[in-house]
This record gives sequence, structure tokens and C-alpha cells, in this order.
Amino acid sequence: MVAATAEAGPDGVGAGAGEAARSQQSPAYNMTVVRQFTLATAFWGIAAFLVGVVIALQLAFPVLNLDLPWTSFGRLRPLHTSAAVFAFGGNALFATSLYVVQRTCRAPLWGGPSLASFLFWGYQVFIVLAGTGYVMGITQSKEYAEPEWYVDIWLTIVWVIYLLVYTGTILRRKEPHIYVANWFFLAFIITVAMLHIVNNLAVPVSWAGAKSYILWAGVQDALTQWWYGHNAVGFFLTAGFLGIMYYFIPKRAERPVYSYRLSVIHFWSLIFLYIWAGPHHLHYTALPDWAQSLGMMFSVMLWMPSWGGMINGLMTLSGAWDKLRTDPVLRFLVASVGFYGMSTFEGPVMSIKPVNALSHYTDWTVGHVHSGALGWVAFISFGALYFLVPKLWGRRELFSLKLVSYHFWIATLGIVLYITSMWISGIMQGLMWRAYNDLGFLQYRFVETVEAMHPYYVIRAFGGILFLIGALLMIYNLYRTIRGNYADDQVSAYEASQPSRAGAAATA
Amino acid sequence: MAKFSHAILEKNVILLAIATLITVSIGGLVEIVPLYTIKSTIEPVKGVRPYSPLELAGRQIYIREGCYNCHSQMVRPFRDEVERYGPYSLAAESMYDHPFQWGSKRTGPDLARVGGKYSNAWQVQHLVDPRSVEPGSVMPPYSFLLRRKLGREDIARHLQANKAVGVPYTPAMIAAAYADMVAQADPEGDHDHDALLERYPKAMIADFDGKPEELTEMDALVAYLQILGRMVDFKKYTVKDLQQ
Repeated sequence: MVAATAEAGPDGVGAGAGEAARSQQSPAYNMTVVRQFTLATAFWGIAAFLVGVVIALQLAFPVLNLDLPWTSFGRLRPLHTSAAVFAFGGNALFATSLYVVQRTCRAPLWGGPSLASFLFWGYQVFIVLAGTGYVMGITQSKEYAEPEWYVDIWLTIVWVIYLLVYTGTILRRKEPHIYVANWFFLAFIITVAMLHIVNNLAVPVSWAGAKSYILWAGVQDALTQWWYGHNAVGFFLTAGFLGIMYYFIPKRAERPVYSYRLSVIHFWSLIFLYIWAGPHHLHYTALPDWAQSLGMMFSVMLWMPSWGGMINGLMTLSGAWDKLRTDPVLRFLVASVGFYGMSTFEGPVMSIKPVNALSHYTDWTVGHVHSGALGWVAFISFGALYFLVPKLWGRRELFSLKLVSYHFWIATLGIVLYITSMWISGIMQGLMWRAYNDLGFLQYRFVETVEAMHPYYVIRAFGGILFLIGALLMIYNLYRTIRGNYADDQVSAYEASQPSRAGAAATA
Repeated sequence: MAKFSHAILEKNVILLAIATLITVSIGGLVEIVPLYTIKSTIEPVKGVRPYSPLELAGRQIYIREGCYNCHSQMVRPFRDEVERYGPYSLAAESMYDHPFQWGSKRTGPDLARVGGKYSNAWQVQHLVDPRSVEPGSVMPPYSFLLRRKLGREDIARHLQANKAVGVPYTPAMIAAAYADMVAQADPEGDHDHDALLERYPKAMIADFDGKPEELTEMDALVAYLQILGRMVDFKKYTVKDLQQ
């Protein structure tokens, strides 16, 4: 990292220098913290995929639970989900949002390098506290909100500072308008704060112990949890990543966003509708019917803004579709929007009560989540990482575009295996649970439905391994990029198209 | 009509943030607040009581091991589920659950009504080595529960914390918490079992893990599993009683 600073340009400057630089054309952006978050994204990504592969294999081969407390599925599954959502996804959001807000506001981060550094280390401490807690059995059992009260308080502090840094930077902007990507990032930060605080209100047993009891109980707790849980998807994994879409796709495609008006409608309708959709996680439960129906209705309506956003992202390529053939980084970004469209169609379908009666409690849900998590969240993050790393380390281009292409196809194959196997196992298990024989008895014992899952669990684990292999290729590619190496394919491409490449590098 | 331009929000981050906060607050307020104000949200049924100290300690182990990742506790009102698991779950049955354990995935079967379905010995054997009694199971083994002492000398504080969030533990229950916890797993010992049963009707009093000399985590977890779904006597309720 030290070697790179000289080439990377104006960053890592102290507060005093930043003050002086602000009056000049090119402000002293803090790219050090963006680099840190970028590396953390890559690191935690591997960790999340690896634990995912382990628990997928545990379901196929239960002996891998090892009969140890800290290696059993029940403790590792939250480790996987939190690593994927908060460690990998969260660091990707920090990296991209802090990059985008500085570039689009033409202003360095508010609060200076020390506050930015606190954000980075504070967030990593949160991840480590949460993760080590799960392995040791410290959890409050609320999905995607498992960390106990002391970790929750720490995250709240970090998050408030994130909000301050973010809005502070927007306040000191040099541009008259706040760019659309920032609306989405801002909505993500504000809403996650609200969800996190309300869902985690708890009374600790003692100030010296980890254990607490959640303020809410039973049916109210269930809805509060899924109001949180669904909007962790809606705002953490959607609004935030839409912020990435609205900056990185236009940038990489070198085209403006397709429709300004559509992005205004997209933004307000998405954030208004999403928050209502939580009850679809509680269909046919003891939650009152009116709440279930309301949740279903809004979930179906949510299809519209979701696809509006997808269209806005995809149509940004108007006039630049040919780049998909030559630029695998753009392919990652665009394919992610395609997966976004697919899972935001599947979601509303699954929220319809009779469909949910079949899909709920089965692997169909797991497959649905992963078409969003792998296809949308991870793919757009990969695209953003491939875009960012050369820029952040002052490199002309990536080490190898061919490796990016391999990554793309291996990961895509992994996702396809994952989601199709989960469709089959989920629908099959749902049907087996409700099957009756000719005599009017339930046809299958529960365990028979578990046994029937085995081949699909093996296929799913294989899909996950492919996805992990792809990500390891990315790590290698990014590492060589940071080292300043270029593979043969990049050298020849550079020589072939030198004028345009040089132009792109100059504006970076 | 005054002309509104979106540019106002695009040029003022404070206004944008406030408008965003209002927009994202509405749905949650409309859906969650009525759950506290509409009385029929939780229809009262007889029998639901706070967990006994041993059950509460067992519930904490259930949470610690992440059982909720694979087991739901929510029987839906479908013919096949009612036949497989028992009467569909009522809101009142989890009214003292902080947090709720309805779950979201059934890699294993629903446990809302598992109490009393299997013997203690079966539960212990199944937890120690699931495939010894159910060869097709993919459940992790939990043999270490049998070796670990429960401890939980601070159980009274747990009752107190539950009381703080609204569970009606009485001062007498809190005072006797530790004694009750020990007594429930020690049927042969010199304890006031009648008082325990008066405080916590239907609590199963047994040496759950087959190791009378010590109180293990296995004792607590099985005690918890054995009360699940048994508090309400569904023979006393007909469809008519449960209609709103």
C-alpha cells in the first residue's frame, strides 16, 4: 500500500493540507480509507464464501459438524450470513459509498482522516466481535441481528459516525445537486440505523455478561424482527447496492444514467414500499391476517419499482451494449442487474400467500436469497472491486481481463447450480410435506423428505465451491494488479488501443 | 397549487434525509403499532405461563446452539401440518417468548408441539447422536451437552430481566428460582416439588439426562423441549372458541 501512494495521487493528506486543497480544482480525497475498505471487502468475501461452503457441506455430510460446539451448523450459519451481509456486503458499501460521495460531491470526507480511520477500524471490530460471539454461542437468535447488546451498541456508535461523515461530506460539496447514487446510500444509512435500534432494544441480564432479553415478545417481536429482516435486504442489500449501480455502471459504460425521472420515481417508490413487505415472512403464522395481507400486497407492488430500477440500470447501456463483449467487468455489473431483476420478480411471487404456503420453510427461500446475494450483491461488488482497485492504486488497468472473464463464467455456473438445485429441493420438499397416500395418511415421514434432499445439497455445495474458486481468482487478479503487474492479454490490449486507454487513465 | 420541484431535495441533504426518514417510517408504524393496540392480536387462552427456571435455562441453550436455524416453532393452519405436528400455533403461546422462536426454515421438523411426544431418554439419545435413532437425519450431534454442567447460578437475574421486559414472574418465583431449577431435574431429592408445580403447572419433573448426580445442560434443554406446546390444553378448545 505504501509503494502505491506515490502513484495514487492526492490522498492521505492531513487535515491542514486538505483545508488548503479544497479551494483548488482537485480536492484532497481520502482514498486511504476507500483502499482499506476495498481490501476488507475482498478478505471478508472469501471468509463468507468459505464458511458458506462449509455449512453447505455439513448439510450434505453431517459428520462434518465434528460434534464440537463451535463447529456445528447452528453456530456457523449465522457466521456465514453475517459475514456475507455485514462483513463482505458492508465493507463493499463503505468502500463504494465513501468513494462515490467524495467524487460526486468533489469534496473530501468530512471529519478528516482520523474519523475515516475510526470508521474503518470501528466497523472491523464490530465484525470480529459479532463473529467470535457466534462461534462461542453468544447470540440473541434474531436472524441477521444475532449480535448481543454490547455489539449492537458499538455498531450504533460506528453507524452514527458513518451518517455524520456521509452527510457532512455532502454538505460541503462543490456540486449544486446531490447525485442519485448518494440518495440511495443515504437512505440505506438512515434506514439501517432505524431498523437496527428498534429491533435490538433489549435488557441485559447484567452489565458484565453477554446475555440480554429482547424487549419485544412473541407476535410483536416476530413482526419487528421481519420488519428489520426484510429491510436489511431492502436497504442494506438493495438500496445501498443500487447506489453502487447508479455510479459504477454509468462510469464503466461511459454513458449517462438512462432516465433521470425514472431514478426519482425509483428512489421514492422503492424506499416507501419496501418497508411494508416484512409480514410476508410470517404468512399463515399467528400474525393477524390483516398484517399478512398488507405485507403481501406491498410485496407484489414492490415488483414495479424494482424493475423500474433494473430498467434504469440496464438501459444505461444504450449505445454501449457492445462493451459487454469486450469488458468482463461491465459484464459483472450488468449481469448483477439481471439477477436483481430475476430475484425481485421471484420475491413478489413467493410473497403471494398460496405460493408461500408451499415455499415457506423450504430451500426455495434459501435459493431465492442466494440468487440475490450471489447474483446481485456479490456480482455488483465484484464489478465495483475490479473497477476500483486499478484506480485506487494508480494502475492503468487490471492485471488480467481474461481472469475476470474466467471468474465471471465460473461464478455464474456456480450460481446456476446453486439456485436450480434449491428450486428443485425446495419445491420437492414442500410437496412431500403435504402429500397424502390413497388411504388418506400423510405419505412421508419428515425424515424421508430430508433424505430426498441429499443429492441437491451436494449439487448446491458444488455450486458454492465454484463461486469460491471464482472469488479466489479475483483475489489473485487484484493482488497482481496492486503489485503493478500486467498479464499478456492486457499488454497486447494496451498496445492495440493505446490512445483511448491512455485517455481513460488520465481522467481516472 | 404551489409548484414542487424535486430539485429542492436534491440540493438540501437535510431535507432529503428528513423526507427519507418520514417515507421509511410509515410502513413500520402502520403495521407494528396496531399489534399493541388491537386486543384480538393475542386471543387469550388458558394455560400459557412463564417458563420455569430450568426451561428458561434450556431455552437459552436452544438459542445458543442456533436450533432456530433449522427448526421452526410455528404450526401453520394446514391439514398436513396439523396432522403432522398438532394443533396450529396461537399467538398467545409465544407471548412470553423474548425473543420469539418461530423460525424461518425447516431443515428439521417443527418443534412447536414436540413436548411429550418423545421420552426423555429418546431426546437425550437423539441429541447425543441423532443418526443412532434417525439414520436419515442431518442434525449435528450435541454430545457435549451431556458433559457440561449447567451452572446458571445467576438464574434469578434472568427471571428478573424477563420481568423487566414484561414477563409476569412474581417475587416468589424470582426468590425460588435457583431452588426450582435444581428441583425440576431432581425428582428423588428433598425439594418442594408441589410448590414448583404450583408456580409452573405441567412442568416436567425428571432426571432428564439419566445422570442424577449432576445438573447438565442436557437436563435444561430437554426440560425446555418437553414443555413446548404442552401449556395449552387443546381438548378444552373447539374451533368455535378460537374464532374471533
